Amino acid sequence: MTQYLMSVYYVEGEEDLPDDVVQQMYADTDALNQKMQKKGVWVFGGGLHTPDIATVVRSDDGEILTTDGPFPEAKEQIGGFWIIEAENLDEALDWASQATVACRGPVEVRPFQDEPEV
Amino acid sequence: MPDAPAIAAIFKQESGRAVATLARRFGDIDLAEEAVQEAFVEAVRRWPEAGVPPSPAGWIITTARNRAIDRIRRESLRDERQTEASRLLEPGEAEEIHAVEDDQLRLIFTCCHPSLAVSAQVALTLRLIGGLQTEEIARAFLVSETTMAQRLVRAKKKIKAANIPYRIPGDAELPNRMRPVLAVIYLVYNEGHVATSGDGLGRPDVSADAIRLARLLANLMPDEPEVIGLLALLLLTEARRHARTSPGGDLVRLADQDRGLWDRPLIDEGQELVRACLRRDQPGPYQVQAAIAAVHADAREAKDTDWDQIVALYEQLLVFSPTPIVSLNRAIAVAETGDVAGALEEIDRLELVEYHLYHAARGDFLERLGRNEDAADAYARARSLTVNETEREHLHRLEQRALQGAT
Repeated sequence: MTQYLMSVYYVEGEEDLPDDVVQQMYADTDALNQKMQKKGVWVFGGGLHTPDIATVVRSDDGEILTTDGPFPEAKEQIGGFWIIEAENLDEALDWASQATVACRGPVEVRPFQDEPEV
Repeated sequence: MPDAPAIAAIFKQESGRAVATLARRFGDIDLAEEAVQEAFVEAVRRWPEAGVPPSPAGWIITTARNRAIDRIRRESLRDERQTEASRLLEPGEAEEIHAVEDDQLRLIFTCCHPSLAVSAQVALTLRLIGGLQTEEIARAFLVSETTMAQRLVRAKKKIKAANIPYRIPGDAELPNRMRPVLAVIYLVYNEGHVATSGDGLGRPDVSADAIRLARLLANLMPDEPEVIGLLALLLLTEARRHARTSPGGDLVRLADQDRGLWDRPLIDEGQELVRACLRRDQPGPYQVQAAIAAVHADAREAKDTDWDQIVALYEQLLVFSPTPIVSLNRAIAVAETGDVAGALEEIDRLELVEYHLYHAARGDFLERLGRNEDAADAYARARSLTVNETEREHLHRLEQRALQGAT
């Protein structure tokens, strides 16, 4: 088994989706969450506030610097994510396919480095 | 008794099966590859005296497996992971030989997994399935051996880290997963057919490897019509290889080729496969392209070509791949049916200004319509867009001819 981070991206500055589509997106995502939990692949997941709410903390020669976020300067930002535990990449990509449909955004799938020691 | 090059040739032919079997059994491509490499070293030491064993494939698998087991034993002593090792060392040889073909298919789908970049898919397929050395693949794709080695290492790292499985996709996924597999083989063939750069017009070795892979895939998946279509397309294209260049190495167009130089056995085999596809009646893009090549092969002289049939096939191909290139080829066929003005009008609508063969075709249409100066411009434009020397010289000659016609 491998754990994967599935990040949902959106492009800042793009037009907002109409309200009814947003409502449907929440409903679809909710249904997918339940399905993942039922199948035992769901580890964690959730939607994030917009990046302008973020704060960045870093250590510079032992001094802690706190600044207004976000850290990446790119237009592409993470809107939410899941951590799932899947048999292999094909299974993870199958969940990602459902996730991109539910969330209306591209989903990046990245494996975690080590399987947690049990 | 075999010498080292003969043994290398046998390994190129057979090592793919061994790597596939060991990769499945041990779940580790690197281990599988290294073990097969060690078996090769052993063969070079023993076969010159003992002779080639009756079943080289079986010998390679058994020897490589024993090397892999030795290695796991050594490492598990170090790591004290005895339980894992003993699990892997269970016998099961009979079942294993039986499943070799499935193992090869599994590994092909791993190598051509859509999560890998196309350049990585190609490199992995040639290395692991085709049995090519890294240096040979680097030469085929005109990159340094270091670059190719890094590409392979990175791709194998991704397979391991992302846990890309060794499995044959289910029926529902199969159409999507077949696409990159076929595309990789086709791309390898084309790299050998028209080298994208450099002096000669092609690298026959690379094409031969692609045909070998297509044959392997056709053996493994005899019920997939597009697999058969791809093999037929490659055979029918390969049949024309010796007619494609003049003794001086110049490009000879299909219309001007000496059809006596076409390889009849390859054509017969390709046409038989096309007929089998037609009987099955589940057309796809590779099958239609093979059918087009088969129609060309039917014509004893260029003037006997059934161009109406070819136009109809390109129309069918446009349904599967509605690309400007296919439209261009359709227009070329339309011009051959006699409607050159209509063909020119059609390609003037296409967005292919960066494609040298677009301008070459346009030059041909213009020349036939008597617009020689425009034709010379088009040939010159085509020449400026290709770096293959043979093609450049050919286009230069056409340009000169059009200019002479203009005066």
